[in-house]
Amino acid sequence: MSEEPVILFDKVNKWFGDFHVLRDIDLSVAKGERIVICGPSGSGKSTLIRCINRLEEHQQGSIVVQGLELTDDLKNIDSIRSEVGMVFQSFNLFPHMLVLDNLVIGQHLVRRLPKAEAEEIAMTYLERVKIADQANKFPGQLSGGQQQRVAIARSLCMKPKIMLFDEVTSALDPEMVKEVLDVMVDLAQEGMTMLVVTHEMGFARTVADRVIFMDEGQIIEENTPDAFFDNPASDRAQHFIGQVLHHL
Amino acid sequence: MEPILQPFKEQQAPPLRSSGFVAWLRTNFFSTWLNALMTIILLWVIYQIGSFVISWGFINANWFGESAKSCPNTDGACWAFITDRWRLFLYGLFPAEIRWRVDVFYGLGALTIAAFVFSFGSITKRFRLTMFIGFPIASYIFLVGGIFGLKFVSPEDFGGLLLTVVIAAVGIFGSIPIGLILALGRSSDLKVVSKVCTFYIEFWRGVPHIAVIVMFVALLPIFIPDGNKIDPVVRALIAFAAFNSAYMAEVFRGGMQSIPAGQFEASKAIGLSYWKMMGYIILPQAIRNSVPALVNTCISIFKETTIVLLIGFSDFLGIIQLSLEDPKWLGPPHIFSSAYVFAALIYFSFTFGMSKYSLRLENRSNVDQ
Repeated sequence: MSEEPVILFDKVNKWFGDFHVLRDIDLSVAKGERIVICGPSGSGKSTLIRCINRLEEHQQGSIVVQGLELTDDLKNIDSIRSEVGMVFQSFNLFPHMLVLDNLVIGQHLVRRLPKAEAEEIAMTYLERVKIADQANKFPGQLSGGQQQRVAIARSLCMKPKIMLFDEVTSALDPEMVKEVLDVMVDLAQEGMTMLVVTHEMGFARTVADRVIFMDEGQIIEENTPDAFFDNPASDRAQHFIGQVLHHL
Repeated sequence: MEPILQPFKEQQAPPLRSSGFVAWLRTNFFSTWLNALMTIILLWVIYQIGSFVISWGFINANWFGESAKSCPNTDGACWAFITDRWRLFLYGLFPAEIRWRVDVFYGLGALTIAAFVFSFGSITKRFRLTMFIGFPIASYIFLVGGIFGLKFVSPEDFGGLLLTVVIAAVGIFGSIPIGLILALGRSSDLKVVSKVCTFYIEFWRGVPHIAVIVMFVALLPIFIPDGNKIDPVVRALIAFAAFNSAYMAEVFRGGMQSIPAGQFEASKAIGLSYWKMMGYIILPQAIRNSVPALVNTCISIFKETTIVLLIGFSDFLGIIQLSLEDPKWLGPPHIFSSAYVFAALIYFSFTFGMSKYSLRLENRSNVDQ
């Protein structure tokens, strides 16, 4: 691809205290690419994507998002955050606001849209995640799956160019996983650039362009999903896939 | 193995609760012989206390009169002392001919409380905001005067309930915003700001309040030339706001720590700046979580206003004590006890009101949980 990568990691290192959590990460993500990141817990996958919108700071190397390098410059951080949406494992909806207001507040305060317009946009996204009838409830009154769909809609309202998903189905009851994954599959088909940390191997197979396998803070293996799951090259990936698929 | 199938069971109504007064009595008070015994003992205690209160406070009480002589019955309260002196308790030394200005202050105060306690439909918000901003300004104009042709009254002449309410209100509403700023400062990433705020909080929390009050009111003029130019009451108010803001800061910091990290992360991820994140997401939740501790602090501020007694101010309790020394009212000790019972009732009614209001706030904010 001749186009500039939308995300570029160059020799990124990060430590939590003495713990070397990211080791020499090199990664380039093209526009519209859908990447699934997997690996055992504690391998640094969440930390990796949290570095993209500066929820975590890296200590060495460089990260360039949409042509802007992530430094301490607050302006850069703000403009990168406005281009990058993120959905969390624990939903993190604002519990003191109605569902609708959860979607309006970012548009109103960051994108400076008038309230009425922001509400209109919010409703269209709530309809897209099939939850418009819950707009005037508080998040606490919704099921986990519904809350997570609201969280996705909240991110999409900000019209991001890149979406980060951090184990978004891990906290859900099994019967709610599908409704959230369906929304993500739709999003993928529209050409959104997505980085997804997940253990949902079925999702990875159908949606991902590329699977990245991490262990102990390093990228061990990168491949297409079919090749990765059928013929993992590294021992660690073989072991990991054996563990994840063990119960199927 | 063969599958074991269970037939589908229809939904059933919950079992009936035994109802009726007798059943209620039995389950709650006489369920075992020990419970029955406890109930009987407690009833006897309640009867003893109740009959004493009624006979002392009402039946044998002396209601009106102008001196200790009007309270001959020492088995009853001497409310005559209160009914004779209530103006002094209410207005302190505020010049008698312009006491209407204090009445206006009390009236506006009651209106402000009503604004926050009751709902007024669509104008509720605007009404509350008007009173919240307008009441302190109006209070200053009416109480101190010196403008709009109102005669100037030195705060030194405040006294009685007026002084108590003024000190408590300034102490509470002065310390809340300062406390919020200190709490934000203490949890700031900027080391200098955080250290300065921590030092302020630790200092004012660690120093005895009496020492602070004496320092501000009695000793300040010695250290600072022109220190006398600031009214002693104003100096006491500054001292109250200073050390209570340290307590408020810790109340709010506790509330902020109860907010999960995910709320900060989600706010940052949608691009909110620090101040917007704090103002719209973190603080509204943190303040709600702080309500019980906040009201606790408000109640202790209100009661603690009585320490101004030590520097010679005649607050509500002070003016009652002063009146008791009046030769006209020197007499049997039941005058004394009546006066203190009255004082306790007044303090209690204020603090009880605060705690009731806080329960309402909590219930209302539980709606969305």
